[in-house]
Amino acid sequence: MSATPLLEVKGLRVEFPTRRGTLVAVDDVSFAIAPGEVLGVVGESGAGKSLTGMAIIGLLEPPGRIAAGEIRLEGERIDNLPPERMRKIRGRRIGAIFQDPLTSLNPLYTVGDQLVETILTHLDVGKAEARVRALRLLAEVGIPAPEARIDHYPHQFSGGMRQRVVIALALCAEPRLIVADEPTTALDVSIQAQIITLLKRLARDHGTAVMLITHDMGVIAETADRVAVMYAGRIAELGPVREVIHEPRHPYTVGLMGSIPKIAGTTHHGRLAQIDGAMPRLNAIPPGCAFNPRCPKRFAPCTAERPEPLPVGNALAACWLYASERR
Amino acid sequence: MSAADRPLVRLTDAGRDFDVSRPWLNRVLEGAPRQLLRAVDGVSFDVARGETLALVGESGCGKSTVARLIVGLYPLTRGRVEFDGADLAAPGTDTPAFRRRMQMIFQDPYASLNPRWRVRDIVAEPIRVLGLAADRDAERERVAELLRQVGLAAEDGEKFPHEFSGGQRQRISIARALSGNPEFLVCDEPTSALDVSVQAQILNLMTDLQERLGLTYLFISHNLAVVSHIADRVGVMYLGRVVELAQAEQLFAAPRHPYTRMLMDAIPDLQMTGKARTPVAGEVPNPLAPPAGCAFHPRCPHADDRCRAERPTLVGPSGGAVACHAVQERRI
Amino acid sequence: MAAVAGWLRRAWEHDLAWSFRRSPVTILAALLTALCVGGALFAPWVAPHNPFDSATLNLSDGFTPPAWTEKGSAKYLLGTDDQGRDVLSTIIYGARISLGVGLAAVLFSALLGVSLGLVAGYLGGRLDAFIMRVADIQLSFPAILIALLIDGVARIALPREMHDALAVYVLVVAIGLSRWVDYARTVRGSTLVERNKEYVQAARVIGRHPLAIMVRHVLPNTMGPVLVIATINIATAIITEATLSFLGVGVPPTQPSLGTLIRIGNDFLISGEWWITLFPGLALVVLVLSVNLLGDWLRDALNPKLR
Repeated sequence: MSATPLLEVKGLRVEFPTRRGTLVAVDDVSFAIAPGEVLGVVGESGAGKSLTGMAIIGLLEPPGRIAAGEIRLEGERIDNLPPERMRKIRGRRIGAIFQDPLTSLNPLYTVGDQLVETILTHLDVGKAEARVRALRLLAEVGIPAPEARIDHYPHQFSGGMRQRVVIALALCAEPRLIVADEPTTALDVSIQAQIITLLKRLARDHGTAVMLITHDMGVIAETADRVAVMYAGRIAELGPVREVIHEPRHPYTVGLMGSIPKIAGTTHHGRLAQIDGAMPRLNAIPPGCAFNPRCPKRFAPCTAERPEPLPVGNALAACWLYASERR
Repeated sequence: MSAADRPLVRLTDAGRDFDVSRPWLNRVLEGAPRQLLRAVDGVSFDVARGETLALVGESGCGKSTVARLIVGLYPLTRGRVEFDGADLAAPGTDTPAFRRRMQMIFQDPYASLNPRWRVRDIVAEPIRVLGLAADRDAERERVAELLRQVGLAAEDGEKFPHEFSGGQRQRISIARALSGNPEFLVCDEPTSALDVSVQAQILNLMTDLQERLGLTYLFISHNLAVVSHIADRVGVMYLGRVVELAQAEQLFAAPRHPYTRMLMDAIPDLQMTGKARTPVAGEVPNPLAPPAGCAFHPRCPHADDRCRAERPTLVGPSGGAVACHAVQERRI
Repeated sequence: MAAVAGWLRRAWEHDLAWSFRRSPVTILAALLTALCVGGALFAPWVAPHNPFDSATLNLSDGFTPPAWTEKGSAKYLLGTDDQGRDVLSTIIYGARISLGVGLAAVLFSALLGVSLGLVAGYLGGRLDAFIMRVADIQLSFPAILIALLIDGVARIALPREMHDALAVYVLVVAIGLSRWVDYARTVRGSTLVERNKEYVQAARVIGRHPLAIMVRHVLPNTMGPVLVIATINIATAIITEATLSFLGVGVPPTQPSLGTLIRIGNDFLISGEWWITLFPGLALVVLVLSVNLLGDWLRDALNPKLR
């Protein structure tokens, strides 16, 4: 990790007040992303990964709210800004890419209009210059014949091309951070591979930090430098992607990796390693470690107290197994 | 051919067109012609008793349409479907006794269960409609047994679907599909809406049930890793046609059709072997205006003039057939 | 007993009950509606007089102003009309007819509209095109015009002596027929969505009859919006009935509804007997407003996006 992280999240807690009590959807989540780094955030639906991303870009849907912790972008706190200031930061310094490219684009304007308008809003350039930049962006995200395509409407693009346009839109103001929430989930495998390659190249070429939120470990393996594994609103394990995949420490990560079917070395018709049970609902998170009822290695402290992230190798694992080793 | 080694399901040159024309008034006013979408065309394969045949392909390749043709949700436009030797279009096959023998599991566990019904009624519906239980007590007994069989409790029958997670709902769907003691299950992307750890649970359950009940599966999926795990044989579909049909081990060890190779290349590399990714060019063409000749030729690195003009047919034994001129001419 | 208590507790904790408790306006509207409905149901017991019993009528009591005015009489709280009928009592009896016609018309139009919408949406094809084109054509006329037309046709077709006896039923059919399109369109829309859901396909795979699928599977899943439209349409139907009666083509003056009362009172407005038309008018406003507020609340409470 570099000395000055681009994004720093400390003790983030997101709550949803409901009539039956307050639900804690993200609980004490801390991580940092360096410039040019891709941090993968992986987890099952309801693990809190998307909400973490939404909290960072300041788009939490009410009644959801940040209840504790802080988010710093280039050292500046951004979690408590008024909506108007946050809106400026969101276009200028943070770009967002969502799962469904169709809802991210306005169907009534051409792709070029949307790009030019975004550039004019955030950068101090003229109209002609903005169009030149828009063309360059379309070429950069791999849209063939950008001169012809720039005046087309979103519905004239295929799903994969549309996601490229969304990425171009997110890049307009040359943001320092891109939050990409399931950017490849709605796409076919062959298109997914193209988008992954593109994201990776952009992070490298521009020194942009990328927070890549996905449920797909394969996408993380291909793209991310480090990965945070989330479970029931908390980070279970955080470390270099190679280490987490080849040598998972947290029993949940071990189970997760085992349950992914693999083409190479699959024992045909054998059983996959499965984690029994299901992730707890937010209103029924067990005391201690949230994973303890499903954990094959559970022992006394797991049900009593929540484990802090502890260093294991180059990674952090929130698991009592590694605390007892040191004691 | 004796009944025992006769394939359970046989598709012969099956095809299905969808009328995607504008409404009649628009056609008259705008002078637009009728438009037919060939969702499935010339698909032939056998499914042997007790095996799992998987169909893979990207969205819009027609794999789900094939599933629906077999269970009769869509009528065939061309060709025939036989089940245990009987033509499904022939009269006399639309009886409860016949219907009982094949069932379907759907993709979306949130849409495949009627939200206003209790789970016991959902599971019991086929039993009631097909008249499979002697009385209410027998029915209740059977529903409890089915729920236990898929790893739920008999008491869960009293609940409504919204009280269950996605994985549990998929278990309920499976219990329902099993309620008529079927021989053949058509599974349309049964795990693609589920999280990986839940997917593992459901795949394991399906494997167990197949062993215990001697089921035959047609497994539709876009996920090659899942398919390699569960299938005996795999058919790869592209734009409504089967382009390669082979034993699973053979297909995954040595894919032959250029499209199959491309799909295999596109799978994210979880092992992080650091292999160079061959960038995949292009996208699936518009199915309303498919390319002439081999439908894959615009994206194929091996395409020549013959590929652009003449459509290849699936050639080879059922353990390893491929529809590609380049492979048949031994160019690749 | 325990079962009833458990059921009550569940109902109390239900989302609908919860959102009801949190909205004072809705509670007020519900109370007012309950008051109107209760008054209408138990009119013979609630009303201080029986305005249609000519034996108790005294023409010399005619045009008595409300009780709190100078010439008022404690006997007639809201005064009397030209024939000495107690205005409060005629309102209570009138509300009975207005509500009855409104409810019956809504029931009739919902039944018709839901069935047609369900069949059109599920079966599709030419039948769908035909039903929906008829709906389109009907929508291009104001509902009141259609009700007037049907009422006029009935007047010509039915013999004169039967006319007064059947007037209420003709009114119900006329208002009902003018409103079925709302239900048909909504139900057709939801049916198109539900029809393609996988639970319907699952029922088709086991060979259930289309009618059974429509009634058992699709219909229950389309009822939410129908309930909302029906509630709001009760108010509309009451207004339509009042309008028709005000125009003199509704219920006969011997069985006056709120609309008839307003029309009769209207004749005396200029001569200074304002109470004869004002109080039925106010009653109509309160009734329609509270039903509408209930409908609005129901729409918001059933909308998952606003929850």
